[in-house]
Amino acid sequence: MRHHPLQYCGCVAIGDTEGDKTNLEGVAVMPVAVETPKKEWTGQVREVVLGATEAEGGTRSKTVTVGGESTLPFLDFEAPMPNPPRIAVEIQDRKPSDWSSVLLTVWGQVLDDPAAWAKAVEELDVDLLVLKINLTDADGNETTAEQARASVRKVLDATGLPLIVFGPGQTELDIDLLVAVAEEAAGERVVLGVCDDKNYKTIVAAALAHGHLVNGRTAMDVNLAKQLNILISDMGLPLDRVIMDPTTAALGYGVEYGYSAMERLRLAALQGDGMTQQPMLVTPGEEAWRMKEAKVGEDVPQAWGDWEERAITWETLTATTLIHSGADIVVLRHPESVRRVEDLISRLWNKGD
Amino acid sequence: MALTGLEIYKLLPKTNCKDCGFPTCLAFAMKLAAKQAELAACPDVSEDAKAALESAAAPPVRLITIGADEYKIEVGNETELYRHNKAFFHMPGLLVRVRDIQPLAEVEELVSQVDSYAVDYVGMVLNLDGIAVESASGDGAKFAEYVKVACANTKRPLLLMADDPEVMKAGLAEVEGSTPLIYAARADNWQAMAELAKEHSAPLAVYAEGLEPLVELVKEVKESGVEDIVLDPGTRDFHGSLNVLTEIRRLALEAKPDRLLGYPVVAFPGESTESLAEESMLAGQHIAKYAGFIVMDHFDPAVAYPLLALRQNIYTDPRQPVQVTPGIYEINEPGPNDQLMITTNFSITYFSVANEVEGTGMPAWLLIADSEGLSVLTGWAAGKFDADKIATTVKTSGIAEKVSHRKLTIPGAVSVLSGELEDELGGWEILVGPREAVDIPAFMKLWKE
Repeated sequence: MRHHPLQYCGCVAIGDTEGDKTNLEGVAVMPVAVETPKKEWTGQVREVVLGATEAEGGTRSKTVTVGGESTLPFLDFEAPMPNPPRIAVEIQDRKPSDWSSVLLTVWGQVLDDPAAWAKAVEELDVDLLVLKINLTDADGNETTAEQARASVRKVLDATGLPLIVFGPGQTELDIDLLVAVAEEAAGERVVLGVCDDKNYKTIVAAALAHGHLVNGRTAMDVNLAKQLNILISDMGLPLDRVIMDPTTAALGYGVEYGYSAMERLRLAALQGDGMTQQPMLVTPGEEAWRMKEAKVGEDVPQAWGDWEERAITWETLTATTLIHSGADIVVLRHPESVRRVEDLISRLWNKGD
Repeated sequence: MALTGLEIYKLLPKTNCKDCGFPTCLAFAMKLAAKQAELAACPDVSEDAKAALESAAAPPVRLITIGADEYKIEVGNETELYRHNKAFFHMPGLLVRVRDIQPLAEVEELVSQVDSYAVDYVGMVLNLDGIAVESASGDGAKFAEYVKVACANTKRPLLLMADDPEVMKAGLAEVEGSTPLIYAARADNWQAMAELAKEHSAPLAVYAEGLEPLVELVKEVKESGVEDIVLDPGTRDFHGSLNVLTEIRRLALEAKPDRLLGYPVVAFPGESTESLAEESMLAGQHIAKYAGFIVMDHFDPAVAYPLLALRQNIYTDPRQPVQVTPGIYEINEPGPNDQLMITTNFSITYFSVANEVEGTGMPAWLLIADSEGLSVLTGWAAGKFDADKIATTVKTSGIAEKVSHRKLTIPGAVSVLSGELEDELGGWEILVGPREAVDIPAFMKLWKE
């Protein structure tokens, strides 16, 4: 595995003094000094701890710490990166009605039972679990608070992974469901999402009341993200319980907007802007698998190649790009993508020694 | 890197002779920095100062061209660390490597596949850029044979890889009418490689492990008269590449040390990786983080398309949203009774929707609002695709004269607008379409006038 022909040593000797270097013709060559081009960053991303073990009042088997960076991703020549990006795998409270058959096939029977699905995720040896509550139940009726509560309970009982819960994304229903979820999971340091500029008051209040975190989502814009952090902070939620979700788009469908919004947010954080110093969560899995390139296998151009490989590459390349612009948590869907992105992170994390 | 007025002032004769038309040398220096004066106006400027000022005006990363005619690729001329500051300008060349120890017929087939690979992406045709031919045998005649086969099967640019200058010479002899990239000058062969580069007017890649040895070798190659240089700092793994390529870009922009790193970098994502999956992710890193040429060891359409799309995305100019002209688009020759949908003029939105509609074979009217290049949700959040904008677009587009019905389908992502829209567009019924373009065909089948 570790057969890199050439490793980067991270240090560049300056002004080598051990005698003259000579070229092939024996003529003395003056060594040229290369100064490592470090930037003087003044800010640092906050560390946020997800999940609570028994000692901290929860039931999780471990906690996960994200954030803490004082340089851009993996630039160890400048400063060490204290925590690697983490992978969260998305499951849903019932079998998704709009997922690609590639995903439905690979997960198989567990799709009908969130507890079994959560266990299957834990077996992938990932760090975090996302539970998405659907708008409607399997019969097409609007999901009730009791149902959401029951799903969260099942998942908490089935695994020890720290949990992130996403509502269906409809302001009023989200408020009802997430308040119930917050109550049910009291003390677990669950991340409640999606917390946006319309529902943040209720979601933040629920997080405060039951010892949770929030995931603040805004639309690919530095100022909107900053503004939401300010609003959340003004309600009294400590910023070490806030993750920000600047929204991303899939590869081919505007990923560069998300990429640059994240890079700008991270630079603002490093330059000392305290209201942008939150770890970032993005959802490349959801975005990539919505797109035709991942979702559809028939009647597509031959130049698109093998469906499954293309679909997984669509997800992993979206995630790769976002990890390079500062993502602290990437939410994925396909187990093979999880395996690949884990490999990516460990290789980026590997210091070559 | 541009010099400040004070830096320029230090290079001027400080005679305050006024011949340049300005009262003092300092005032002249300030005008030069603001590009409001020409250095030629100074009668006493030294040759050294002239050279220093000219070099300061050159782009921080030198533009390197390989190939010829419509197949040429240009990389370099980059001025930014982050695309949001301005833009990244010249997309990295994506090449596929063949070796002269592979069966010749296999190489021939692969070269043709790479050459003809074309994928349509939002109305653009994306291609791979060329072929790297590597001498793994060390045999000049063999290398020449493979280069010849590559040339016979593609007009796209070549990157020739050999350590032995004699082998390289044999390969170069087979390249006609197109400038290859010569790879590579190393500490033990650079003089002969530099001679070949000059003889063939071809750019030369310089290989050394680590930045200091690289800088030293570049200096020697440059002093020998080769101007078009490509860098290979020898790092291959994910972590090292990100760090070293970032350092090189930063040093190039700072014009340090003495502009010796102001050249594009060539990367080989297949060399430290063990699968196409890993190679594609490392190539993805190279696209986002500063490579000028990316040489892949595999070709697979299922990976080529996502990489080409990523390259297109990262090199999109953020100052100019990619957009199409707002207005009425007729798809599959619609008549007055056919369905009408509206979306934004963000080109990715437009092409996603238009492709789906076209694919159904069903006629439809597509009304494109001017969201200033924003997608549906972003446009809605920014007030560029709200009820007002949609209503105004319907009223001013003249679509009411083209359709006999009064049913407008809006994107599912902005379903919340339907009530407000029915108020603003009296007499129109608002239908809510799917959230994603991929679900449009199923939705269209439900159409009843």
